[in-house]
Parts: sequence; structure tokens; C-alpha cells
Amino acid sequence: MKQEFIITAYSENHIGLLNRITIIFTRRKVNIESLTVSQSALKGISKFTIVVNETKDRVVNIVKQIDKQIEVLKAFYNTNDEMIFQEIALYKVPTVALMESDQIEKMIRLHNARILEITREYTVIEKTGHEEETQALFEGLNTFGVLQFIRSGRIAITRSPIERLSEFLKERDSLFEKLEEKKKI
Amino acid sequence: MTSLTNDNIPGQEPEEITGSEAVIRSLIAEGVDTIFGYPGGAIMPVYDALHDHHHNLKHVLTRHEQGAVHAAQGYARVSGKVGVCIATSGPGATNLITGIADALIDSTPLVCITGQVLSGLLGTDAFQESDVIGITMPVTKWNYQITSAEEIPEAIARAFYIASTGRPGPVVLDITKDAQFAKVLYSYAKCVKIRSYVPEYPADKELLRKAADLINNAKKPYLLYGQGVMLSGGEKELISFLDKSGIPAAGTLLGLSSIPTDHPLNMGMLGMHGNYGPNIKTNQCDVLIAVGMRFDDRVTGTVGTYAKQAKIIHIEIDPAEIDKNVKTDVALIGDAKHTLRLLSHLVQAKQHPEWLAEFKAAKDVEEEKVIKNDLAPQKAGMTMAEVVRMASDLTDNRAVVVTDVGQNQMAAARYTKFEDSRSWVTSGGLGTMGFGLPAAMGAKLGAPDREVVVFTGDGGMQMTLQELGTIAQEKLAVKIVILNNHFLGMVRQWQELFFEKRYSFTEILSPDFVKLADAYGIPGSAVNHREDLEREMKKMFDTDGPYLLEVHIEKEDNIFPMVPQGKSVAQIILSADELK
Ligand SMILES: Cc1ncc(C[n+]2csc(CCOP(=O)(O)OP(=O)(O)O)c2C)c(N)n1
Repeated sequence: MKQEFIITAYSENHIGLLNRITIIFTRRKVNIESLTVSQSALKGISKFTIVVNETKDRVVNIVKQIDKQIEVLKAFYNTNDEMIFQEIALYKVPTVALMESDQIEKMIRLHNARILEITREYTVIEKTGHEEETQALFEGLNTFGVLQFIRSGRIAITRSPIERLSEFLKERDSLFEKLEEKKKI
Repeated sequence: MTSLTNDNIPGQEPEEITGSEAVIRSLIAEGVDTIFGYPGGAIMPVYDALHDHHHNLKHVLTRHEQGAVHAAQGYARVSGKVGVCIATSGPGATNLITGIADALIDSTPLVCITGQVLSGLLGTDAFQESDVIGITMPVTKWNYQITSAEEIPEAIARAFYIASTGRPGPVVLDITKDAQFAKVLYSYAKCVKIRSYVPEYPADKELLRKAADLINNAKKPYLLYGQGVMLSGGEKELISFLDKSGIPAAGTLLGLSSIPTDHPLNMGMLGMHGNYGPNIKTNQCDVLIAVGMRFDDRVTGTVGTYAKQAKIIHIEIDPAEIDKNVKTDVALIGDAKHTLRLLSHLVQAKQHPEWLAEFKAAKDVEEEKVIKNDLAPQKAGMTMAEVVRMASDLTDNRAVVVTDVGQNQMAAARYTKFEDSRSWVTSGGLGTMGFGLPAAMGAKLGAPDREVVVFTGDGGMQMTLQELGTIAQEKLAVKIVILNNHFLGMVRQWQELFFEKRYSFTEILSPDFVKLADAYGIPGSAVNHREDLEREMKKMFDTDGPYLLEVHIEKEDNIFPMVPQGKSVAQIILSADELK
């Protein structure tokens, strides 16, 4: 059965790696619902967050293939309830709509959104949340005519107390040591 | 390996040289002695540097870049070293793709170097610019574009490390022309570690113990060996493991020659056209030990009915292969050599006479229904099997056997007897027609003291026959046996069996191959009758240098046994009658 999974990969910051990772999905005709890449807490190491709607077997296979790429340090997957995640959305509405009634203002308060910029012509509103939440605000605002709308890819963080990467890098160092020993035998 | 690079001379200062000179010196520093290639604009600086080094770095000019990459594969497969090929940008690079894809799926270590347009022209649709990094990404273990000379030594060191360690595979380095011309302060250090890449994992003692328990309690244990055994250099370990445990074994197509054909516990070959016993016993064993193989669908038949009754132990270096096609009970991630050695200590010395007798009974059935007719046919037309077996006999089973793809390949796999490891070069995962002839050239250069025989069909021969030019120019003593059935035989077989004999475009006209060889100055002869076969084949092996032997085979012969596509290994058939 298909369900939403969040795939996380840590990698060296290497030209072309994004392509290497996405073709793993393309080859299996798996759609990427959302993709975010940015520098992780450790300098020079990038973090990929990829959302797919797939069967678990497929996801396991894909994660192994990602993990196998030379510049990937570690890849893993989680279900939504194993992670805390957010998306960010920006909405541009005509400023007159804001002036004519207090409805938009109420909406902003209700949805925990905030105003980023106001000009004579337009106002830009920002909201973070799950897709359903940013979508709900969109639908509300759109009754006044949203001029522009953009939603980011998902970012996610595990519920474990520390960043897995530092844990993992330590494990890897000891792994390399063990392999050195094996060579000596 | 002697080399003239300054990095091998202690105390010598780094020297300023061109990027292209650095390419050649780096290759020599990696112990490369032979490369295959084809020049062109964007790789000319490297060719210029090669001019000064041809005494310690042999370059073979092939007739097509596909020939160069297949030759590099053949070289790598028999020698165990990394195969190297070079090509120019654009069409030169794209002509390599088939071989690179072949090397990836068959885990062959390659370093392919391509020239690229000037870095300032990247992305401008410059003359002979193609996106080689983009195109080769799905078919390489790693690839990298070099745009400055300083990057060259380190990138080459990484390329060799990545290609040859862990599960081997092809690497592409795309070097812009300006990087080849520019100067670099050269020094070379081999790569020994990449932080983000773990080539192998240490053995897990707990899992080894679990595997040993399963094996020690098994009534009908059965071992499948793949190419991972040879890739890890674990042939001796496999034999000791089998001898101690008394477990019968069978090889995948790529695993052939890992252990001698006549080893008492070697039951033969797996797969669609493998042996009868090895296939049906897969679905009757109680513990299945798969070593350095990846459960390809040509081995498993329909995977839904594959070895469901058995506990499965998978010894495999590539974690991505675990549970990919067949779910395992115990996964031992690691190289075959090391893992088998550790496991040998834990398994009990045993014999399984009754279980072996079951294999023997199956073998008798196949002997009676298939092998007898293949090797000693009652009809006038010759079979591929008798030709292959004769070559095996005449070389005391000691030749390196290379094949093309199709019926010729399956006949060669079924009827060649192997004595030595790394004696078998075939395109398994990709099934690349046109592979045989160029791969045989590489095999001959990789094992110059061994006899190298290539079996090819009339179809496959015509895919890369321009390489006769390379064979002639380099005087490569390759013995070419064309098994000519005047058809694209394997496709015709499927048309006969599964498409109501509708022979759609499988009849193929060939040139007079012997005359063609003659045009290149390569001696040859054709055999039309069985009584001439032995004489002509002896002549072939007695001739110094290359030889082309064309054998006219029965036109509509089929390869059996066969696991029809979509069927289980237990449903293997021994003749076409069983389909009715
Ligand atoms: C490059 C490529 N194209 C097509 C095929 C499909 N194919 C597999 S076997 C075969 C027939 C091979 O005919 P031939 O070379 O005469 O060998 P035979 O089977 O008769 O021994 C074909 C066309 C292939 N494997 N590779």
C-alpha cells in the first residue's frame, strides 16, 4: 500500500549529486512530491529531504540506491508520524482587500500567519505549517483574489534528541578503523 | 610494475607538467600497462602525451569506441585489474555508453576517460559537445568532470579506487581540453579512503553464527555462486567451504569458471538455459546459500515461486542487493572471500550422499533428453554444443572463453569445461550483442599467455566486425569461432516457441567471413561438414596469431533446457514438446 514517506539523505556538497539522486526516482517512475536541499548543521554536508507517496518496499529499495551513491554519507526514510515537518507558504493579496474589511486580518490571526510586506498595491503574507494548513489559508485568502502563491518543499527533523549525522559520522570512523584492522589480518 | 613517474622516485620534487602529461603519469602510477581508445579533437593533448610514453603504456587503437570499452572490459575480467579506455568528446563518448552500461550491470572495474570541449564553451552547444556527465550518470558507479589541471591526479586516484573497490564498476572522467593543456605541479598519491564511501563492511559475528546454524541443521543445503567469488579472489575459499561442508553448488552465468567444472560438488549452471538439476533443486533445497550473486530474473524465473521452501543466506558485498529481489533470512554483507573463510570455520564437516544422488538423477535426465543429442547428434547438421566441446577438449579446458550473446553464448556456457578461474568473459546482465569480438581482444591482452577463443553468432559478429582491423594491426592471437546458423538464432528460437514460428526479420545474410578475414590478412576456414570440424579446429589452434573459423550450424536448432519467461525454475522444460 502506498503512503507518504520522508526520505532524508546527507551528502558531500558535490556537483551533479542532485541529478544522481533524482534519476533513481525517474528510473522507477516514482514521482517526487517535494524536494528540499540545503546545507546541514555540519559545514560542507548537504541535507536532502524528499517526500514520496510510495509502497514501503519501493522506498527501501530507493533509499538503498541513494545510500550507494559515492558522495552520499547516509540515507534513511521515515513515516510522517516519526518526524516533525513543516512547509512555508507565501501569499500575495491586493492591499485594498485588506483595507476594505477586517476579514483578511482575522484570517491571518486565526491561521497564525504574518505579514511580511505591505505596499500600496499588494501585501505579502507568510505561513508555515503542513500542506493542509497552508492550503486552507490559500483557500480563505483566495476568496479575495490571491495574486501570487508559492509553497516550499518540506523540511523535517527527527524526534530523536541529537542530529543523526554526528552519531553516524562517529560510527563510520570506527567502521573504517575495523576495516583497516581486517586488511592487516 | 616498473614506472617512470617521478612519484616513484623518492625525494624527487613535484614537477610542473601539462594536464595531459599528468593523465598519462597518473595512469602509469596506478599500474596501468594497456589502454584502449580512439583519438579526436577534444582528447588530442592526451594522445600527444601518450606519444612519449608508448614504451611503458601500450595503447590499442580500436576501430570504434564501443570496441575500446568492450576490450577494456575483457581485459579487466581476465586480469582482475581495472580496464581503461579513452575517447574524444561528443560521438566518441556516446559510443562508449553501451559498454559502460554493460560494465555497471556486470560489476566490471573500468576507468573511461573522455575529452570534453574547452570549459569556457560548456553549455554552448560547441562542436562535439555532449553532456557526458549527464548521459553517463545512470550507468556509472561514479563520474566526474575535470575542468582544471590541478584536479587531474586526485580525480584519477579516486576513479581507480572507486572502480576497483567494493562492488566494482565503471567510472567516467570527462576532462575539458583546457585542463589537458594547462600546467600542474604534479605529484601522485593513491586514494585509500573516501569518507562518504564504505567499500565493504566487517563481518557480523552474530549473523555468521546464525548462518552456520542454519547450514549445520540443513538436510538439503545448496550453494549458488556468482561472479562475486572471482571478484573477491575467493575461489580457494569457496572450494574449501564446499569440500568441508559437502554442499552441492551451482554457478550463475557470470560465476562460471570460479571452480572447476568437474569438481565433484559442482552441479552446473543456473538460469534460463542452465542445467536441469541446478534449477529444479532450487525449489527443493532447505537452505540456500547465495554467494556473490544478485538473484537476476534470468536466474530466478518468476520470483514469486522462487525457493519459497528454503531458508536463504545471502553473502553479498553490496547492501543494496540484500532483499532486492529475494528476501533473505540471513544477510551476510561482505566480500565472498572473507565471509566464506569465516563461515568455513563454523560449519561442520559433512557429506550429503542422498541429496547429491538427487542431483545425479536430474543430471541423468538432462543427459538423456538434451546433452546426448547436443554432443553426439544423430542428424547431419552440426550443433553449437559439439563445436564448443571440441574447442574445450582441444585446449585441455584451459582456454579463456569469450562469447557474444544469443544461442552461441548459451551453448558456450553449457558445454565449455573450465579448469581455471577467470576463464569466462560474457555479457550477462545487459546481454550486449557485439561484445564478443572486442572483449576477446582485451582478454588476449589481459592474459597474453593463454589461449583465447571467442564464440559468436553470425548476427553478433556483424555488430562489431570492424575490430578485425584491430586484431590484424595488433596481431592479437584471438581464435574467432563463428557459429553461423544464418539466423538471429535466439530470437528465432523464441519466435518458434512463443510466436507461432512467425520468423519476423530474424533471417540474416552474412558476408563470406573467411574472405573478409582474408581481406584483413587474418587466416581462416569454413566448416560445412562434421568430418572436417576437428581438422579445421586443430589448424586454428596450431596457427600462430589470429584465426577465424566459420562453422555452419544446423539452422533451426534450439537451446534447451529452458525456463520459459514467467515460469518458475521448477517448470524448466527439456524440449519444445513440453510446451504443447
Ligand atoms: C545489441 C543487441 N541487440 C539485440 C539483442 C537481442 N538479441 C538477443 S540474442 C539475438 C540473436 C543473436 O543472433 P546471433 O548473433 O546470430 O547469435 P545466435 O543466437 O544465432 O547464436 C538478439 C537479436 C541483443 N541482445 N543485443
